[in-house]
Amino acid sequence: MALANLKQTATEARLSELTLPVGGCLAEARRAALSRVQTMGLPGRRDEYWKYTRPDTLTQAIAPTAAVFQHDEAPIFDEFDCLKIVFVDGVFDAEASDDLQLEGVQIDRLSDIESQDIHWSKDLYGVLEARGQDPVPRPLAALNTAFAKDGVVIRVTGKPSKPINLIYNHQSESSDAMLHHVIRIDAGAEVTVLENGPAAARFNKCSEIDIADGGALHMICAQGRDHERRAATHLFARLGEKSVFKCFTLTVNGVLTRNEAVVELLGDDAVVHIAGACVGDGDFHHDDTVFITHVAENCESRQVFKKVLRNGATGVFQGKILVKSTAQKTDGYQISQALMLDDDSQFLAKPELEIYADDVACSHGTTSGAIDEEALFYLQSRGVPRRDATNLLTLAFLAEAVSEIGNQDIVDTIVCRLENWLIRRL
Amino acid sequence: MLNIKNLHVKLEDEDKQILKGVNLTVEAGKVHAIMGPNGSGKSTLSYVLSGKGGYEVTDGSASLDGQDLLELEAEERATAGLFLAFQYPVEIPGVGNMTFLRTAVNAQRKARGEDPMSAADFLKEVRKTAKSLKIDAEMLKRPVNVGFSGGEKKRNEILQMAMLSPKMCILDETDSGLDVDAMKLVAEGVNALRDGKRGFLVITHYQRLLDHIKPDVVHIMANGRIIKTGGPELALEVENNGYAGILAEVE
Ligand SMILES: Nc1ncnc2c1ncn2[C@@H]1O[C@H](COP(=O)(O)OP(=O)(O)O)[C@@H](O)[C@H]1O
Ligand SMILES: [Mg+2]
Repeated sequence: MALANLKQTATEARLSELTLPVGGCLAEARRAALSRVQTMGLPGRRDEYWKYTRPDTLTQAIAPTAAVFQHDEAPIFDEFDCLKIVFVDGVFDAEASDDLQLEGVQIDRLSDIESQDIHWSKDLYGVLEARGQDPVPRPLAALNTAFAKDGVVIRVTGKPSKPINLIYNHQSESSDAMLHHVIRIDAGAEVTVLENGPAAARFNKCSEIDIADGGALHMICAQGRDHERRAATHLFARLGEKSVFKCFTLTVNGVLTRNEAVVELLGDDAVVHIAGACVGDGDFHHDDTVFITHVAENCESRQVFKKVLRNGATGVFQGKILVKSTAQKTDGYQISQALMLDDDSQFLAKPELEIYADDVACSHGTTSGAIDEEALFYLQSRGVPRRDATNLLTLAFLAEAVSEIGNQDIVDTIVCRLENWLIRRL
Repeated sequence: MLNIKNLHVKLEDEDKQILKGVNLTVEAGKVHAIMGPNGSGKSTLSYVLSGKGGYEVTDGSASLDGQDLLELEAEERATAGLFLAFQYPVEIPGVGNMTFLRTAVNAQRKARGEDPMSAADFLKEVRKTAKSLKIDAEMLKRPVNVGFSGGEKKRNEILQMAMLSPKMCILDETDSGLDVDAMKLVAEGVNALRDGKRGFLVITHYQRLLDHIKPDVVHIMANGRIIKTGGPELALEVENNGYAGILAEVE
């Protein structure tokens, strides 16, 4: 089917600014991805899946500029002992990065494997993204597969002694970055990946994650503090038997964020938790779009999203649990909640359940509301000033999402950042 | 200590007068009880004194040790030494009971220009007080009042009262929903805080609590006013004859 004129023009305009990296083992995947983009066209305002979030600044040929935000908080995961991999405006910074050597993992730079003829990641690159295009197209991810020049491919074969920290620094106010990561967790292997930073004025990130039987991946991502930056991220994960994938994202500020997670539970007894906490005010627009497909039996999926919105901020949640007829004994849970700190903000939520198996337990809920005045008065009546009481209740509201993180030290760090955000707005 | 004069209160959003000229003075070290039928305005009085929103004072005054209460924010009233044990303690999901207590204690200390209590001192103090109220460690860890039984909630109020050591305590139907044993426990907790200086205003629907917390003065409230004041014998009269007799007598 031919694309609508407008969409075709917009897509062509965007593609005209990009050049396809040629040759190497990923060439075919890139060409296929480009053809997907051409067939689907880039997202437009009319698209149902983009009803609540305007895609134009994410798709336009030249990225809108975004000031680099100066602040004196140390990078969030600095205090943890990690293997650090640094990107500046979407380009790998070897100098600032650690040696990519760590027992139990094999890490390569995407641009390095590009020149090789064979590499294990060839079987995954663009493959999981392509699977994730059905039933809902995600053209920005295909665009990423086609054109991203940098990123890392990580193969986890054991249980490395420390987390891998991907750091995304933003230095140029006109940077337009694309990163593509592939993470493969071998059977029984386990790793923690921490990501932080705003990355660029405009950031398009695509992560393809393949977790074999009994493997485990813990991901915690903090998207920096820049106010004007824009980001569209995609995460495609495929889970084997008894595998575990837990992902938490912290978003503080940012004029536009669209985080999509697409997860397929293909092996029995697998567990996936996708959680997010975001706080923003003014022109802050934050969109969590999640699609979880239960294929195998007795799997558990949890989606926990909390948004604190102030002074005209917008929160979006589109979350779906699809339970195929084969996925008996599915345990699916989804909650999305917004706390409005004033009357100007809005929360747009579209929770969906689509169930074809009969023996399942699925629940979803979405709420939005103001601070509980009764609780506020209760705290005040004990001597806690109204502002402090408001902050305490706001953190309590976010707690369910933050507590999805298994590691208490990281929980404390995240809570501290959220607290600082609240205090700065007193 | 607590001085309420001609207090008139209406609902902010509605043309409904609830308190119609309350006069009451609680002296330091004394226990005053307020009894009265449901809907007479007892809880409203306690809320207005502690600074809850939604009410409008149309006339009269209320002061604590000479300080005008009605001018202060709720938290300032607490810091000034006023404490309300709620008729319906509020549940706060996501905030641990212990965090709640420590935040409150240290907020009041800060407002008074004192250093925060050390974690160790605080823990010691809480444990000791909690034990006397039969509040176990588990209850201290749980979110504030969430999943607490009626009795647990009321004991938790007394624990907060003990930790904050206010000079004027208002207890709003702390006995309601409690069995005899739980009521005794709560009464003991309150009696332990009677030190000859602290003032108490005990609001109750029934006389039975007053068997355990002996009042010096008993007031009967009806239709937004204190209609009769007397000694402990007044509570017994209510117990035996109900409110009807007193109401009829006043009219
Ligand atoms: N926020 C409110 N909204 C509507 N009516 C109220 C409110 N607060 C109190 N009232 C009314 O005021 C009267 C007194 O209530 P209350 O103070 O709770 O009485 P008591 O504690 O003596 O039972 C009742 O008629 C009650 O319905
Ligand atoms: Mg009452």
